[in-house]
Amino acid sequence: MRYLPKSPVDREEMLAEIGVTSIDDLFSTIPAEFQLKRDLAIPRQHGESEILDRFREFADNNAVGYSSFLGAGVYRHYRPVIIDSLVQRGEFLTSYTPYQPEISQGTLQAMFEFQTMICELTGMEIANASMYDGSTGAAEAIMMAVRVTGRDGAVIARTVHPEYREVIATYAQHQEIPTTEVGYTENGRVDLAALDATVTKDTACVLIQSPNFFGTIEDVAAIAEIAHAKGALLIVSIAEAVSLGIVRPPAEADIVSLEAQSYGVAVGYGGPYCGVIACKEKFLRQMPGRLIGETKDKDGKRGFVLTLSTREQHIRREKATSNICTNQALVALMTTIFLTVYGKQGMKELAEQNLAKAAYLKGVLSAAAGAKVLFDGAPRFHELVLQLPKTAEETNTALLQHKIIGGLPLAKWYPELGPNASLWCATELTTRKQMDAVATALADKKA
Amino acid sequence: MSVEKFVGTPKKATTHTNQSEDLIFEKSSPGKKAYRLAELDVPAVDAASLLGESARKDLGVMPELSEIEIIRHFTRLSTWNYAIDLGMYPLGSCTMKYNPRVNEAVARLEGIAEAHPYQPESLSQGCLGIMKTLSDALIEITGMDTITLQPAAGAHGEFTGILLIRAYHESKGNPRKKVLIPDSAHGTNPATAAVCGYEVANLKSNAQGMVDLAELEKMVDEDTAALMLTNPSTIGVFESDIKKIADILHAKGALLYMDGANMNALVGKTRPGDFGVDVMHLNLHKTFSTPHGGGGPGSGPVACKKILEPFLPTPVLVTKADGMLGLEYNRPQSVGRVRMFYGNFGMFVRALAYILANGPDGLRQTTEDAVLNANYIRAKLDGTFELPYKTATLHEVVFSDRIQAKNGVKTGDMGKRLIDYGFHAYTVSFPMIVAGAMMIEPTESESREELDLLIDALKQIAREAEENPELVQTAPHSTRIQRLDETTAARKPILRWKAPVAATPLAVDTAAKEW
Ligand SMILES: Cc1ncc(COP(=O)(O)O)c(C=O)c1O
Repeated sequence: MRYLPKSPVDREEMLAEIGVTSIDDLFSTIPAEFQLKRDLAIPRQHGESEILDRFREFADNNAVGYSSFLGAGVYRHYRPVIIDSLVQRGEFLTSYTPYQPEISQGTLQAMFEFQTMICELTGMEIANASMYDGSTGAAEAIMMAVRVTGRDGAVIARTVHPEYREVIATYAQHQEIPTTEVGYTENGRVDLAALDATVTKDTACVLIQSPNFFGTIEDVAAIAEIAHAKGALLIVSIAEAVSLGIVRPPAEADIVSLEAQSYGVAVGYGGPYCGVIACKEKFLRQMPGRLIGETKDKDGKRGFVLTLSTREQHIRREKATSNICTNQALVALMTTIFLTVYGKQGMKELAEQNLAKAAYLKGVLSAAAGAKVLFDGAPRFHELVLQLPKTAEETNTALLQHKIIGGLPLAKWYPELGPNASLWCATELTTRKQMDAVATALADKKA
Repeated sequence: MSVEKFVGTPKKATTHTNQSEDLIFEKSSPGKKAYRLAELDVPAVDAASLLGESARKDLGVMPELSEIEIIRHFTRLSTWNYAIDLGMYPLGSCTMKYNPRVNEAVARLEGIAEAHPYQPESLSQGCLGIMKTLSDALIEITGMDTITLQPAAGAHGEFTGILLIRAYHESKGNPRKKVLIPDSAHGTNPATAAVCGYEVANLKSNAQGMVDLAELEKMVDEDTAALMLTNPSTIGVFESDIKKIADILHAKGALLYMDGANMNALVGKTRPGDFGVDVMHLNLHKTFSTPHGGGGPGSGPVACKKILEPFLPTPVLVTKADGMLGLEYNRPQSVGRVRMFYGNFGMFVRALAYILANGPDGLRQTTEDAVLNANYIRAKLDGTFELPYKTATLHEVVFSDRIQAKNGVKTGDMGKRLIDYGFHAYTVSFPMIVAGAMMIEPTESESREELDLLIDALKQIAREAEENPELVQTAPHSTRIQRLDETTAARKPILRWKAPVAATPLAVDTAAKEW
């Protein structure tokens, strides 16, 4: 086996040094009845070229050669080449959690830079070194708010990504955190009156998403006011992190839970991505996950360490702020490189291009016969909800004939929008030609 | 230090910046760029008028650099990391094995890396095929009946597994109250039980560091939901009484959860499903070679027996009547989702590539070599370091610092001294049942030569602990930075960079005026 650096002689000599005659002697503590005496029934050993062939075949069985208008929590943005050049350096790729800071400064400094950028982008004071993803991050943020406030209810906007809400429900059920959902008005934003009526003195937090699942930017300040008036915390979840280049950061929030996938992470059929929690400094002790802090060595040289680990499971065990251990460090590094490439100017220009593409897409789609763009009364980033004369499924099936993957049908989660509603997305990578092709395809008699 | 740079104060001798790389923010200058967007092919829009109140004005300290500077910055940082690619990384419990590069290549194939999780199932057969092939292999390897790939890491797998157990008990009318956890367990185990709403009952290990059957029998009752057992345990010992353990639990209706962090000791040699485990997680980032990447991402699939299948997180991967693969959402008894989409898919690709590269013979040889390596280290270092538990061990060996501690040299010191000899430290102070634990897991990826170097280094360190304890206590001596002040880091946390208050360096640095 080509990954194993031992010759048959090495093995024999090592067994002799150990003082056993056969390798099976070393497994003798496994009761005989449970020792596997046969080969595992799995695919045979493959040569490297065969592995590549096998996966190329898998790849060809996916949507190759289609243009896609899917977003809905996962966004295709351009990934600068240097991201992969750098994260594939073995020193980043093949290191562990930086438990020994003297030989882990590379990861530690990069994560400190990550934390700094996330603070700057979200308008928060501190940020952790990543969570699994946006959905679990949102759930952890709610549990954090419950610890901070000593209250136990969570009010969640229905405009939060439906799969995030499902994950939250899974986490909340055994924490005894009652959750209540609040709907939206016809401009696609959180219904403020309903929110005000729902938040009580027992509410630990209000969770919203902005831009929300429909692509609409929420009135964060107004929502914060309602939450804070009753002593609840405001958590803002952000699923489209590129929006922060042009959209005001939710500085009125107490906690921000960000999914940073948009920052140079491949859509990759759903993961790995990069969640991160940022918050006001006063909530530091309740923060889940790893934190990197700046310090000095005995010569006064600046260095970085994992810090405040008394919050974490390896010290605090069942009293920890979370059970998270392994996080998404390498993906956080990808996002850090992406953010460095675009930087202060580029993040803005990139976000502006997204706005422009979405505006064009809106023009194209709303011109289609019988089409209606919903939620037009509030600003949006780069997604929109469209109603067409046929069901979203029918429309999409017809579009597939033109090698187009249409918007995401919404009926499953938002039956009130009817069967014809779907969620469309354009990013800087969506070309005018692709959008014009949608117009043509929708006008096609067969469609 | 940055002040000096800004004003160009002359230096005694020029130290190249790659000896002391500033933070990216300190290297930034307004107007530099590392990007060039594609030409906009649609009319530009006025963001301020589109967004109104919601428009952002400023991006604060976000950096501005050119591409070459970014490459150099992160490349220099990378050289300050230790890595498997540089040498042995004997962190016990972490299974720091070689991360094959073909895994990275296949994960980046366009049709895989660019697949959107919501693209139609008919156009996702490749991705679903990868999940199916991996699932089948992992089910066979573990001897379980079914699997979910959704959990994002080991701890997340534990969470999922305990939720399955809870749902199972609830379906029988009573979720039960507590989860038994041995005192040798990893911290994520009790933390997980707590997140799932269970009390943690601490199960004391016996003199061999194993499950104390009499104690277990006493503790298991109708309120016990499960035992969370790491097998082989965190001291590397296979629980020979595993079947009895399972029987004791099952007799009271409790279930056996296995923390599969140590599966690298078992693959191809024995199967948890055969020895009574009801549910377990795997760490693809340990046993199945996906890279740790400085702390993540991981992937923590959960395999379980039939009785737990109805409760699996949604969606569940299914083969449909027409032979196509699909995702089934309608599962009324499901515990719900534990993560959006289907898990850390990119890790599935890598783990499957690893399994294909090995095949059944390769996986068995891998396990055998991992166990051989650990036992070789054990045989060579027993006596130099105290071996608190004499029971035969599999893939790792846990010594203690008892002999060296007499001279004031602790496990942490020796771990740091190991750095001077070119290695990463072993795992320090875990498991908690061993005072001053030195937990060494070589994995199969080390040659005999590399093992001998480690053994030699540790013997030398033991000698130093006798003859010159201070040398060890103040290690490492060869690194760019010395031991860091962790106390101040925690007392006065600095968790982000801030621009110096005085933006004009001249106001700060008087020396510059003289120059
Ligand atoms: C024995 C054991 N259990 C659980 C875990 C947690 O796994 P993860 O870090 O993937 O969450 C680890 C590793 O860190 C471990 O060594």
